[in-house]
Amino acid sequence: MTEKVDTGRRHFLTVATVATTAVGAAFVAVPFLASWKPSARAKAMGAPVEVDIGKLESGAMVKIEWRGKAVFVVHRTPEMLATLKSVDGDLRDPESNESDQPAFAKNEVRSVKPEYLVIVGVCTHLGCAPLDKFTPGDVTVAADWQGGFFCPCHGSKFDISGRVFKDVPAPTNLPVPPYRFVSDTRILIGAETENA
Amino acid sequence: MASTSQTARAGGGRLASLTNWIDDRFPMTRMWKEQVSEYYAPKNMNFWYFFGSLALMVLVIQILTGIFLTMNYKPSSAEAFGSVEYIMRDVEWGWLIRYMHSTGASAFFIVVYLHMFRALLYGSYQKPRELLWIFGMLIYFALMAEAFMGYLLPWGNMSYWGAQVIVSLFGAIPFVGDSLTEWIRGDYYISDITLNRFFALHVIAIPLVLVFLVVAHLIALHEVGSNNPDGVEIKKVKGPDGIPLDGIAFHPYYTVKDLIGVGVFLILFSLVIFYAPTMGGYFLEHANFDPANPLQTPPHIAPVWYFTPFYAILRAVPNKGLGAALMGLAVVLFVFLPWLDRGKVRSIRYRGPLFKFFLFSFAISFVVLGWLGLQAPTPLYTNLARLFTVVYFAYFLLMPWYSSVDRTKPVPTRVNYHAH
Repeated sequence: MTEKVDTGRRHFLTVATVATTAVGAAFVAVPFLASWKPSARAKAMGAPVEVDIGKLESGAMVKIEWRGKAVFVVHRTPEMLATLKSVDGDLRDPESNESDQPAFAKNEVRSVKPEYLVIVGVCTHLGCAPLDKFTPGDVTVAADWQGGFFCPCHGSKFDISGRVFKDVPAPTNLPVPPYRFVSDTRILIGAETENA
Repeated sequence: MASTSQTARAGGGRLASLTNWIDDRFPMTRMWKEQVSEYYAPKNMNFWYFFGSLALMVLVIQILTGIFLTMNYKPSSAEAFGSVEYIMRDVEWGWLIRYMHSTGASAFFIVVYLHMFRALLYGSYQKPRELLWIFGMLIYFALMAEAFMGYLLPWGNMSYWGAQVIVSLFGAIPFVGDSLTEWIRGDYYISDITLNRFFALHVIAIPLVLVFLVVAHLIALHEVGSNNPDGVEIKKVKGPDGIPLDGIAFHPYYTVKDLIGVGVFLILFSLVIFYAPTMGGYFLEHANFDPANPLQTPPHIAPVWYFTPFYAILRAVPNKGLGAALMGLAVVLFVFLPWLDRGKVRSIRYRGPLFKFFLFSFAISFVVLGWLGLQAPTPLYTNLARLFTVVYFAYFLLMPWYSSVDRTKPVPTRVNYHAH
């Protein structure tokens, strides 16, 4: 038999078959890979949380759970806000340059409205839950304590805007979550804009 | 050579005819001969050669005990911690099966680290055993993934926060980091969803990969032949029958030897299971006796001991991204050893002083980093970790230099062997 093999045709068929298989494999991979993304239920449970702050007294704090993390909402008094200037020199990142927050919070009050602080209550060191130590002069924290947050695990200290002090283990300020005011007395935690 | 099937055919009998019946349909006798009874291994293999067969045995222990644990374990955040306590207290012998599994995890790493160190000592990764070494490294990576995911399953607080720390490391990858961690977790934090998927990977996906890789590792080993403490290629000197003069049949000689290793190992293994199952917090960390709490970290987070050398390297670097990259490199560099090593001899017995110096300082740095990774960081410890990180990497990165300029000794043509 001297029938000639058409190698060009064989090569074309091989390449075409491999290419078709690769495309098919890529399409089949999509549903499997995508099934690992947060499910509709996980997204719903991670949806923004609305909080009524109308009954939050001046100087008090509430803890809200959002995406498995504690979010602290503090109704700050004018006296509390007055301490922000005086501690500036003792802070590691007073301008929040290294820290995690929406653009509106990159300042000393770190909030939309100065009297309402909304902050993630997870220490930036190793994720412990900081305590609210709002009483000035609380000697369990420091003799010259002006009021703020204190992490009992490794002694990290934060001011009343969640800004971290120098010489403590936590590297950055407490993060500010995205949030917005839906009305004067209601905050939506988890979304900055209307359609988010 | 009286082969089994010939003897069987000559001997006749029911068993022989059954063997023949199978052999005509499946290469049972041929495989037995090729892989076991006529696989010729060097006759001078010493105690360092126990750890391969021991690793295989621990894999079997883990699979068996793991299957029985899944019969009572519940992979949900609400029930996981309680179901482990149920296994420990209420299931008949459940405590033993669970302690076998948890001790087996640490034993697996002890055995594998010794097995790997043997390869470093005797140059077993060198040509022509590169692929054998790479299969071995892939087994090690799969084992790390298996151990990490398995550690989340008891849903203790250290499980939870250990997973939190390790998963957040992927967040250090530029651009895709945050969406990648979210994809791995399947949620915005380590949740029920994450636990359930780690369970699936731990009991199905990774064990299948492990078994496949072990088979590939053994096939590659039997293709190139075992190395030995002299690093001499025994296939170069063969007798008239084509069998290496320095080779002896794996069965019965090494099956018997390995059985002694298994015996000694099981004695030590039982001592740990019965008298020190937590090994003072090293095999099972104390913080894991509290259920997972997303809102409360343990005061001091440390991974289980087998990951601590790499954890110490991670912490030694002040930059999170760079630390994670260096930690990854510390694990992956092993793969490239066959090409980093320019030495003309294999075994430590004929290597020069430079190689010995770098290998033993590497071994010391691995142990010291492992210890440092368990400690809470202090400025002194951080500086020590930095020093030993440099020593660790020097072994790999300077190897092309020191292995080529070293003053080596002449390698004999036959292995050193003293009959006893």
